[in-house]
Amino acid sequence: MSTTYDAMWEQLNLDLDAHAGLLQVLGKFYGDIYLSQSGRLQGMEYLDFVISEVHGLRIRELQEAKAAGRKIVGTFCVFVPEEIVLAADAIQVGLCAGAEAGKEAAEKVLPRNTCALIKSFVGFKLSRLCPYIESCDLVVGETTCDGKKKAYEIFADYTPVYVMEIPQMKQACDRDLWRAEMLRFKDKIEEVTEKTITPAKLQEAIRLVNSRRRVLQRLNQLRAAHPVPISGRDVLLANQISFYDDPVRFTDSIGKLCDELEQRVGAGQGVVPEETPRLMLSGCPMAIPNWKLPYVIESSGAVVVGEESCVGTRNTRDLVEENGATMDALIEALVDRYMRIDCACFTPNKERLDHIVEMARDLRVKGVIHYGLSFCQPYAIESFKVERALKAAGIPMLSIETDYGMEDVEQLKTRVEAFVEMVR
Amino acid sequence: MNDLSSVAGIDIGSRSIELVVFEGESLIRQVKAPTTFDPLAQCEKLMDGMSVKQIVATGYGRKLFADSFRDLKVTAITEIQAYALGARYLFPEARTVLDIGGQDTKVILLAPHGKVAKFEMNDRCAAGTGKFLEFMATALQIPLDEFGEFALRSDKRIQINSMCTVFAESEATSLMARGERPENIAMGLHLAIIQRTVAMLRRVGMEAPLVFAGGVAHNPCARKVLEEHLNASVIVPAEPDMVGAIGAALHGMGKGWGLKPTILHPAASN
Repeated sequence: MSTTYDAMWEQLNLDLDAHAGLLQVLGKFYGDIYLSQSGRLQGMEYLDFVISEVHGLRIRELQEAKAAGRKIVGTFCVFVPEEIVLAADAIQVGLCAGAEAGKEAAEKVLPRNTCALIKSFVGFKLSRLCPYIESCDLVVGETTCDGKKKAYEIFADYTPVYVMEIPQMKQACDRDLWRAEMLRFKDKIEEVTEKTITPAKLQEAIRLVNSRRRVLQRLNQLRAAHPVPISGRDVLLANQISFYDDPVRFTDSIGKLCDELEQRVGAGQGVVPEETPRLMLSGCPMAIPNWKLPYVIESSGAVVVGEESCVGTRNTRDLVEENGATMDALIEALVDRYMRIDCACFTPNKERLDHIVEMARDLRVKGVIHYGLSFCQPYAIESFKVERALKAAGIPMLSIETDYGMEDVEQLKTRVEAFVEMVR
Repeated sequence: MNDLSSVAGIDIGSRSIELVVFEGESLIRQVKAPTTFDPLAQCEKLMDGMSVKQIVATGYGRKLFADSFRDLKVTAITEIQAYALGARYLFPEARTVLDIGGQDTKVILLAPHGKVAKFEMNDRCAAGTGKFLEFMATALQIPLDEFGEFALRSDKRIQINSMCTVFAESEATSLMARGERPENIAMGLHLAIIQRTVAMLRRVGMEAPLVFAGGVAHNPCARKVLEEHLNASVIVPAEPDMVGAIGAALHGMGKGWGLKPTILHPAASN
């Protein structure tokens, strides 16, 4: 990557040498995993470009927006309602949590047996490697799991943090709690941005975010064709980029990608041979640049056709009712939609099991690979129930627990290959 | 040997490499060598100028092998598939296969018709594998191939709690410092690895009969303790570490599932 951004990165107080090293590794990683694929769609150039400018152009845009008085809000979870942030004319970005670059620094302030995602965001901050975190006026945490909950207390020593309380059950009182949290968040965003959120602005934001969800739904529908017209990795990338690129540009570009995909599907063209086993991923989120497992799967003679994950259908499945006329109605619509999220932090969480089985059937997959980050208790425990539900539906499942390190890639390959041999 | 109707299977594991050659339906050769730091040189030594119609590689080094011997017709399958095929061939009634190798423990549940139905492998570290026993034998200064017999001379059963190889060594050292008989410590170490293995067997929903393969199946103490814990007898092939190589060769011969059970027990051809 060029050095035209050095001054900006320096201003953001990044560790320039370490950051240059990170970009180099990321570039090589992306080349190996993405650019080496054959038969990619032209529309992927947009995503390639966004990745090549991941710490460059997009950060410059954020800086320019800040100079024009807009605020930047960083998040780590699909529970944080972007609609409220956008309604206050602020920009929301999903923060870097998919690489182990800052692991050593993170382990100075966190126990070693903390999940890789938490270590990653703390590490990025402590090692001054992430220009997104450094651009944020506010970082919004949430109480999805104990690890994150406690880590935000530590994170708050380094950057302004606001935490939303996520309910753990779905009873009437939990809904009340979540509505109160939604309103408290709205107040906080209004305070930080010094703007008032009007019903008209909120409705506009709801429509914008819905349109992004719709285009990702369309992508998911098209990629499910047979033969499979796009690699699972490419769709995962689109989902990952949806968290931080400009929503209007993203929706427009993915729309074009979908048009192209539609032609390919119409022509019956596949990106892999027809007999390639179709698999589905389920479980923990895969934040950029965590492409390890999808890459292992797709190098083992299978293709991924669905991601039951926060970086996947959990984020795009449900839309917000758009037509509320008052602030109350719009907030209620948001509460409705966000309470439908089937994160493993809920108990009980039967919806997730139903969704997984339904999705696996709709996608006609040969098997499901459940992905858990090491030390992520909610998903690890729930994986046993997922396996049972899938077994009852006659669908085999492989459970993989791993982190961002590369030392277990060979073992993972053996397991995944054996699973592919088994389901073929 | 220069027979182009023959098919070889090679299992390149972390500790040892096994090679078998089938000519027609007959197993005509089976050899073994340590893996060392140069597995490819060892493979070459084992192949010793032989030429075969095709080779199927399995084990940790399968990809390396396939990439390096490009002039041969090499395919690669996973150890899971290879052990399942090999065990089912040797014992058509087998429903579960246990392979404790150098750095992996694998448990494979077979469907009644013989296909792999489910499998489990140990996590990324070598806890509870052959490597663990090897490390502990060294710590107790007992040759590895005598370690099982040595443990069988124990007069009481002590619990070793650590499954991590490094922690278990500290635990063994403190037991020695307390004057515990080394035979009892050795038994405790065998118990630790078998308890972990039995938990894996339970997780896949083990069905009898169980075939116990892989290098550790040579160890009489491991076999005895396993049978005690399962309260059932297990089948140990005459050459338990050849099962993966045999399965690989069978794959190359196009022997899918449901083979004729008539053919050679490898011991008979030895």
